Amino acid sequence: MLEYILRRVAGFVPVLFVIVSLSFFMMRLAPGGPFDQERALPEQVRRNIEARYHLDEPLWRQYLRYLGDVARGDLGPSFRYPDRSVNELLRLGFPVSLALGLCALLIAVVLGGIAGILAGLRRNAFLDSLSMTCALGGISVPNFVLGPLLMLIFALRLPWLPVAGWGSWRHLVLPSLTLGTFYAAYIARLTRAGVLEVIGQDFIRTARAKGLREAAVVLRHALPGAILPVLTYLGPASAAILTGSVVVETIFSIPGIGRYFVASALNRDYTMVLGTVVFYSVLLLLFNLIVDVLYAYLDPRVQIR
Amino acid sequence: MRARGAIVPTVLALALSASALPAPAAEKQVFRINNMVEPESLDPGLVTGVPEHRIVSNVFEGLTTTDPKDLSPRPGMAVSWTVSQDGSVYTFRLRDARWTDGKPVTAHDFVYAWERVLNPKTGARYAQQLFALKNGEEYNRGRRADFSQVGVKALDDRTLRVTLRCPTAYFLDLTSFSTLSPVPRWAIQAHGKDWVKPGKIVSNGPFRLANWVPQQELILEKNPAHWDAARVKLRKVVFLPTEDVHTAFKQFLAGESDWVPQVPISQIDAGRGRPEFYVTPYLGTYFFRFNVTRPPTNDVRVRKALSMAVDREALTKYVTRAGEIPTSTFVPAGIRGYAGVRGLPYDPAAAKKLLAEAGYPDGRGLPRMELLYNTNELHRLVTQAVQQMWKERLGIRVELVNVEWKVYLARQSSLDYQISRAGWIGDYVDPNTFLNMWVSGGGNNQTGWSNRHYDELIAQAACRIVNPRERMRALQEAERILVADEVPLMPLFTYVNKGLLARQVKGWYPNLLDQHPLKYISLER
Repeated sequence: MLEYILRRVAGFVPVLFVIVSLSFFMMRLAPGGPFDQERALPEQVRRNIEARYHLDEPLWRQYLRYLGDVARGDLGPSFRYPDRSVNELLRLGFPVSLALGLCALLIAVVLGGIAGILAGLRRNAFLDSLSMTCALGGISVPNFVLGPLLMLIFALRLPWLPVAGWGSWRHLVLPSLTLGTFYAAYIARLTRAGVLEVIGQDFIRTARAKGLREAAVVLRHALPGAILPVLTYLGPASAAILTGSVVVETIFSIPGIGRYFVASALNRDYTMVLGTVVFYSVLLLLFNLIVDVLYAYLDPRVQIR
Repeated sequence: MRARGAIVPTVLALALSASALPAPAAEKQVFRINNMVEPESLDPGLVTGVPEHRIVSNVFEGLTTTDPKDLSPRPGMAVSWTVSQDGSVYTFRLRDARWTDGKPVTAHDFVYAWERVLNPKTGARYAQQLFALKNGEEYNRGRRADFSQVGVKALDDRTLRVTLRCPTAYFLDLTSFSTLSPVPRWAIQAHGKDWVKPGKIVSNGPFRLANWVPQQELILEKNPAHWDAARVKLRKVVFLPTEDVHTAFKQFLAGESDWVPQVPISQIDAGRGRPEFYVTPYLGTYFFRFNVTRPPTNDVRVRKALSMAVDREALTKYVTRAGEIPTSTFVPAGIRGYAGVRGLPYDPAAAKKLLAEAGYPDGRGLPRMELLYNTNELHRLVTQAVQQMWKERLGIRVELVNVEWKVYLARQSSLDYQISRAGWIGDYVDPNTFLNMWVSGGGNNQTGWSNRHYDELIAQAACRIVNPRERMRALQEAERILVADEVPLMPLFTYVNKGLLARQVKGWYPNLLDQHPLKYISLER
């Protein structure tokens, strides 16, 4: 098992190399640069700034320099925020995105899981229709509609929670709900499908025939099989949810790293773009690995060698 | 134990309420500003933007400060100054002021700060703010390596002599700018780029940095050691970086901020009904550039026709709607001593005639034209309205091209466009900040337009004319060439500041640059 994990982690290196290289050159193909602004800089001032960040060097040398820095774990200076490095911005922002993401994930798994199981067990009953209608709503209502709506209701009409910002648990409620709802809805549908598939199989009938209580049948025998599709989905979804959401973080003014993904690309903040890409890629690879390992425990048909 | 526990809070509460009774609002004095974006930096030598200036200008103080009402220069670190007869040598006498670490603020701190901004290695974006200094530009270009030849010298600890390239009428408007603030050499050398962070920063303004969590909040507190501390009423100022303008609006409504300097277009009607809503003129012009190197806009008659066919009154009344001021000139009204000129009138009939004279009667035979704009709700609405007006009044079809910000900038500066929407905000209250950008080959010209007489007038006004009246007349003549004769651009309207300000805020005055020094602000019932 350990050997398998090590082998997979070693496999990350070429993948990351390809991702970094592609992103590096694609970023440079985009028109405009990090220091273009409405007010054009005098030619010399622009050159001075570019020299400061080594942007005046040939592209291949910049590329090698960047690869060397990344290998040492240094993601470079931020062009947009000259007082800070990309590492520092990610270090400050990630715990925030993580906290928000965990809350949202908890909401998603608990709400989605329960709704999905109930719907699967009571197929075509009222409970099924109700939870699947809610799930459909959750998937269809975009978070840039849900967020402001929740804000309007729970911060302005009923002054229970703050509109936006960060600092206490009260700031966490509305954004977690906004972010979690979509995933909850998705998980509910996946769980329901999983339950339906498993519940009709022979080993469930065997378990029932042996006289086990229904709760034990569902929880101990049906559930591990039913959540396999959810798990597959949850791996990459966790990476996405934990690195923050551009929309939710912007709407609720949350100091996470989600907003850097889009803002840095629009600002041509090269180092920040690459930094977020590297960071997200590493997380994505890690979560996929975790999912694969969990599979081995949950599904007896899968064996890790 | 239990009894004592009950008594202590009661006593405390009594004590607190007794002291709080006379001035309940004054006791708090916490002002919360929605700054709309995370400041890029707090380093006075590096910052360029309005949101950064809103913070940094209160943390660092330059030679002069600005009057909160009319923005005229007031004493800052300099207690007084003299100007040589020809207007090119300024001698500043510094006051006995201290940095937050107790060291005295000296003339050497200014020399260090200005060298740092002009030093090519610093890569300061606003280095040009010091190009008025003798040899300032040469030093920044690396053409002169010896800083002692640049026009700034500390005669002693309290005397700073500044020698300008030539008399610069608005130099005292620049000395209050963050770029020209003094900075502490020892702190920068000790901490590198971390020197502006909480716990490390050393500053000299009426407020000092108490805390800064990126993207969350930045807190300033009163600097009790500042020379003018007796005037400062605010105890604490909180800057929120909420970027979403709709969220910022809701935060104000929920009482989470006291000032929000922007209002979403869709909420203007809702905002207008509130006593906190304000609209004031801004030193900025919204306009379209014409590419004069490409047909058909290389023909001045076509440019004039396009400009004269646009009903700016209707545009501001029905499209922008916040009270923007329609204009046919480039320099906004309201600059002291500048009378302004007359631009082209709104006259669709004359516009049609001009178009016919250019060889395109009723727009027939006119090559396909594109109007470039960057992604933004306001720009979309404005360009659509103008497109419609051109179609109705002149019978021509113009295609709208929407690109993202950086692509827009790149295409505009490489003249890869036909017509392009643009905006320009003045740096200081003088027509020069609007007119010198249009000189031949100027980095912000970006139209390909060039006119020798115009260049000559701008050069005269910049250096050779000392008499203020004559200088303004030269600038006026230049603007006439720009907006009435040659028309490489068509002005549409003067920007306004629109926002919401809580009613208990006092000492906040509307002005052309939307600058509101915090030391004059207080909160009252």
